[in-house]
Amino acid sequence: MKALVFLEHHEGQLEKGGLGVLSKAASLGDAAGVVLGPGAAELAARAGAYGAPKAYACDDEALAAALPQPRVDALEALVEMTRADAVLFAASVLASDVAAGLAARLEAGLNWDLTDFELRGDELVGKRQALGDTVLVDVGWTGSPRLGLVRAGAFDPVESGGSAEVEAFESPFSGFSSLSALIGQSVEATSGPSIEDADIIVAGGRGLGSPEAFSLLEELAAALGGAVAATRAVVDAGWYPYSTQVGQTGKTVSPKLYIACGISGAIQHKVGMQGAGTIIAINKDPNAPIFDFCDVGVVGDLHQIVPKLTELVRAARS
Amino acid sequence: MKIAVCVKHVPDATVHKRIDPTTKRLDRSGESALNPTDLNAVEEALRVKEAQGGEVVLVSLGPAKAADSLRKALAMGADRAVLVSDEGAAGSDLLGTSRVLAAVLEREAADLVLFGQASSDGDGAVLWAAVADRLRQPVISQVAALTFEGDEVHGKRQTEHGYDTISVPLPGVVAVSDAINEPRYPSLKGIMSAKTKPQETLSLAEIGLAPEAAGDASARTTVLDLGPPPSRGDQIKIEDDGTAAQKIVDLILEKRLL
Repeated sequence: MKALVFLEHHEGQLEKGGLGVLSKAASLGDAAGVVLGPGAAELAARAGAYGAPKAYACDDEALAAALPQPRVDALEALVEMTRADAVLFAASVLASDVAAGLAARLEAGLNWDLTDFELRGDELVGKRQALGDTVLVDVGWTGSPRLGLVRAGAFDPVESGGSAEVEAFESPFSGFSSLSALIGQSVEATSGPSIEDADIIVAGGRGLGSPEAFSLLEELAAALGGAVAATRAVVDAGWYPYSTQVGQTGKTVSPKLYIACGISGAIQHKVGMQGAGTIIAINKDPNAPIFDFCDVGVVGDLHQIVPKLTELVRAARS
Repeated sequence: MKIAVCVKHVPDATVHKRIDPTTKRLDRSGESALNPTDLNAVEEALRVKEAQGGEVVLVSLGPAKAADSLRKALAMGADRAVLVSDEGAAGSDLLGTSRVLAAVLEREAADLVLFGQASSDGDGAVLWAAVADRLRQPVISQVAALTFEGDEVHGKRQTEHGYDTISVPLPGVVAVSDAINEPRYPSLKGIMSAKTKPQETLSLAEIGLAPEAAGDASARTTVLDLGPPPSRGDQIKIEDDGTAAQKIVDLILEKRLL
């Protein structure tokens, strides 16, 4: 396997997801990192610390904004130049669109949501949990290059030290790729205890019914000495701040205890919290997917159960 | 404004989904419905049409019975539907599916192509980017708010780092998130009128594609093996009869999590 691993970066740092995929790919064979955008060369050298002897960098201004289509152009040029037979990505909003665009451009197979991959001889085999994680599927590719999107958090970066030899490359850009433009960005300020450091998380989803119901979770979290988290649906609805969002586009957390209240358990949420030690789910819908991957499933009304739970926890601690 | 909405007919949420061990494809024999998050794309298209006038066309690839799902979206207010249904398209992966949709969308020449957030059966959430590349049009995904500024659309999308606002000149492709709106329920009048709205069913040949352009023959991904997922261990199920809170606390104390 001669693999290219797409390394996403944000505010001068390489993202952990891509470095995890790079570490894994480098443990299997020939893997090189790819960094795109202004400042790429300096960042690309850091790929060496994760097992890649070589990294490619294209620092064209056309790649300044985190938009997918110019990246498809650059990767197309790089695949042609390097004759790589695999291009691997850590899933993200950006990387998913880049991978699918590249698949169409190169007529190359794309497997997504991979939780692991291995070589069987020279064959790349991906592991994927499908249908709401009810079945584990071994997936393969016909033809080359083989494109893969790896589920967020599947691999931790393994740091070995060293620096990669960086090769700069240039890419042509197609007219339609440069039509989109980033015209604004907003990030909400963080407040309250950080969910990434908390041992106990009480999380709420649409089943809360209203933004006011988050106060029930805040009281329970305070009693437990934990933090409050939220799903994408309620963050997008403006019920709770973005900084508390757990899931594919939010944070990945692994507390000792995760209490999911009114959360159905969409796959996008699951990938952010499945590493929790104990998962307790409270939901009134007995068919909610979260009941398939929790340790304790409580079918009932959270508006009744959570206040009682808060009282009992306070009593137990006093 | 002509808006094309790509929608998918998927196994109903209440159906226990399974992969057929012989064909290694999803068993689609049970009850089916319109993919839930595609309703948000249909709703957004209808709102644009209501504000600016125009036409909303549904575009789908699927079995013949997908026509039933399309009728539900027509009942919401879409004007007509184009379904590509062909035995030869069965087993299409991302490449074949995007090729078929792009072929229909090229014929339709819409100003705006909308997608929903993700299919509930495939979970890929990537199709729009492949279709946009084939159409050679700009794309934005995960759009939680969409506004029109002259002949551009501005989409606010959520990423891992916050919110980006991206401008895209039309024609273009936009994938909306399920946070963008609350889909309407069809009215009785809508349901009645849906029965007479134009519904086209086309074969691969009729959209100008060779048999090997879609289906198994075009797939570059394969399913090698199926197995049970890794287990989290024994599960405790509690039906709340007023004592659930006590049981949870007992368990937390027993596991020394406090």
